[in-house]
Amino acid sequence: MQYDDPKFWRAGAISTTVVMAIVLVMLTIDSLGAINPGGSHVPPYEVINRHIDYAHNRKLGRDMPIVGADEPLFGKPVTTAEATGLIERGKLVIQSRACIDCHTFMGNGAYYAPDLTKAWLDPAWNTWMAITGAESKEEAMARFLMTPDQYSTWQRRMPNLNISRDEAVATVAYLKWLSAIDTNGFPIHFGRMKVGE
Amino acid sequence: MSRSKNLAVRYLAAAVLFFGVMTLSGLMSAIYYINPDFLFGLLHFSVAKMLHIDTMIIWLLMGFMGAVYWFLPEEFGREPAGIWAAELLFWIFVAAVLVVAAIFVFVQWGPGTETTLWLVQQGRKYVEAPRWAAIGVALVMLVFAWNVVGTAVAARRVTGVMAVMSVNMVPLVLLYLIAFPKIDNMAVDLYWWWWLVHLWVEATWEILIGCIMALAMMKLLGTSRQIVEGWLYIEVAMVLGTGILGLGHHYFWIGTPDYWLGIGGFFSALEPLPLLGMVVHAVYDAGVHRMQTTNRPAFYWTLAEAFGNFLGGGMFGFMITLPQLNLFAHGTQWTVSHGHFAFWGAYACGVLSVCYIALQEQRGLARVNGSGWVWAFVLLNTGLIGMVGSLLVAGMAQAFFERAIGGSTLEAFIAGQENPWFMLGMYSRFGFGLMFGAGYVVLAFNLLGLGRREAAVAMKPLPAE
Repeated sequence: MQYDDPKFWRAGAISTTVVMAIVLVMLTIDSLGAINPGGSHVPPYEVINRHIDYAHNRKLGRDMPIVGADEPLFGKPVTTAEATGLIERGKLVIQSRACIDCHTFMGNGAYYAPDLTKAWLDPAWNTWMAITGAESKEEAMARFLMTPDQYSTWQRRMPNLNISRDEAVATVAYLKWLSAIDTNGFPIHFGRMKVGE
Repeated sequence: MSRSKNLAVRYLAAAVLFFGVMTLSGLMSAIYYINPDFLFGLLHFSVAKMLHIDTMIIWLLMGFMGAVYWFLPEEFGREPAGIWAAELLFWIFVAAVLVVAAIFVFVQWGPGTETTLWLVQQGRKYVEAPRWAAIGVALVMLVFAWNVVGTAVAARRVTGVMAVMSVNMVPLVLLYLIAFPKIDNMAVDLYWWWWLVHLWVEATWEILIGCIMALAMMKLLGTSRQIVEGWLYIEVAMVLGTGILGLGHHYFWIGTPDYWLGIGGFFSALEPLPLLGMVVHAVYDAGVHRMQTTNRPAFYWTLAEAFGNFLGGGMFGFMITLPQLNLFAHGTQWTVSHGHFAFWGAYACGVLSVCYIALQEQRGLARVNGSGWVWAFVLLNTGLIGMVGSLLVAGMAQAFFERAIGGSTLEAFIAGQENPWFMLGMYSRFGFGLMFGAGYVVLAFNLLGLGRREAAVAMKPLPAE
């Protein structure tokens, strides 16, 4: 076979594509096992009943979520079915309001508003508890989501998206679960350094 | 002209129209960064953003389809199979895009129910179109595939370029089906969503534009089919050989195992190679043929495609997909900078090249040249490169101040966005965006009037001596 014969390169194109596609399928099977709820990287939905923290893992050399003691969302433990329902509803709210077209999730989205991957762990919510008059972080988040236009944030404001109480609760549950996913250390340095320090 | 070529011109005209909508909504998106109160409570950033990125997908897709319908009868010597269905679907496709755009502007969002996903929008980047419209796009893709594959079957012969294009139709249709499901688990959702976005954009679209550019090179420079097809196979091998596992650079931070850092980083670093090959191919052919062509705008847009694809998609992609850098740059305006350069270089320039090729034949022009296209070419490319540079400055400011120093929290995000370097980038991006917009206006007028001015001059009676 001659190098200047297109058929030689056609054989190369077909074999390369087939080999790479097979490798991708094998990696996909393994990855889906790791990212299904309860897999090595993604917690089960009931994790919203627990305290979630974020700390540097010296052995792995990156930040990792830490699942701690019981800390039910809104002070009320939920069953597996209830947690699944909340996550399902929360995702519907996120999609129906096109959150990803302003915010980012795991760095994917529109870059106009903050990344929400670790929003649950953001130290700013302590301040927002005082601003909204809420007694817990989750309550502050829910109140903000329902009427964001009532609060002064910064130059860019979040519009009122007519999010109901139930929808806000489900969205907060979703963000808490999301923060417990092991994202290989992204976003880096989360909450460990303050601007100006 | 054949029915297929008439349909091609309609598709290319629609593509240029939606290119304008994309440009306008892009300018609007840029304004929000320098005036956050712009249209607040009426039409928020997210709506402009959806219009900007969704019309980008649509105009490029329509441009590809126009290009394919243009070359199909030349490749097979006959009208495409099922051309009547393609003609019918064209108008349905355009009407559906306009209805979806109206829904985005006037309805914007709905309650958190499946009904919203079916009727209003799906809230997934690039595929926000509601499911009813997504079904329409899938139908258009199916008929498009039938037109290509069915014609090859009916003609009982197939060229190498059309064989590659026919096989490429299978993933083009199948991957789009990922636009439909609502997956609760964000990690799994993003995993499959990247199959759609990456394997469409960085694999099937690359192959499709490779086929289109191969046909354009034969048309513009008279390059031999044997050389073009050999290069096309090499490109397919390299694009898919690096691009399929290059998908891994999207799996660094979505919850997937950390082996993707190595796999994605390695194969992404190789992704510029086929694009460099295209540059070599374009420059060599242009040199061998002494840059002689009867259609200079088409030729220069082809060269812009080769260089833009390599620099914007390849080199900017190489820079941002190294995991060590991506940890800081991912999800910042750095990504936006790469995205603008890559889509422009890889696809937009190619579609514009085909627009000029089609118009030359449709209007019976022996030569296409003049100053109009030069102004459009310079304004569009300078505007685009200016935007890319501006966004890069803004993105680097974000990477430094929000990520590396700030710690990626809400407070750090705000500090990054208010940083003078970031704001300089945003003002500069808007300025270059205006230049790009001016380039679009010149381009549209140039395409509309191409050949007509010369014809008018030719028809004008000579003054009596």
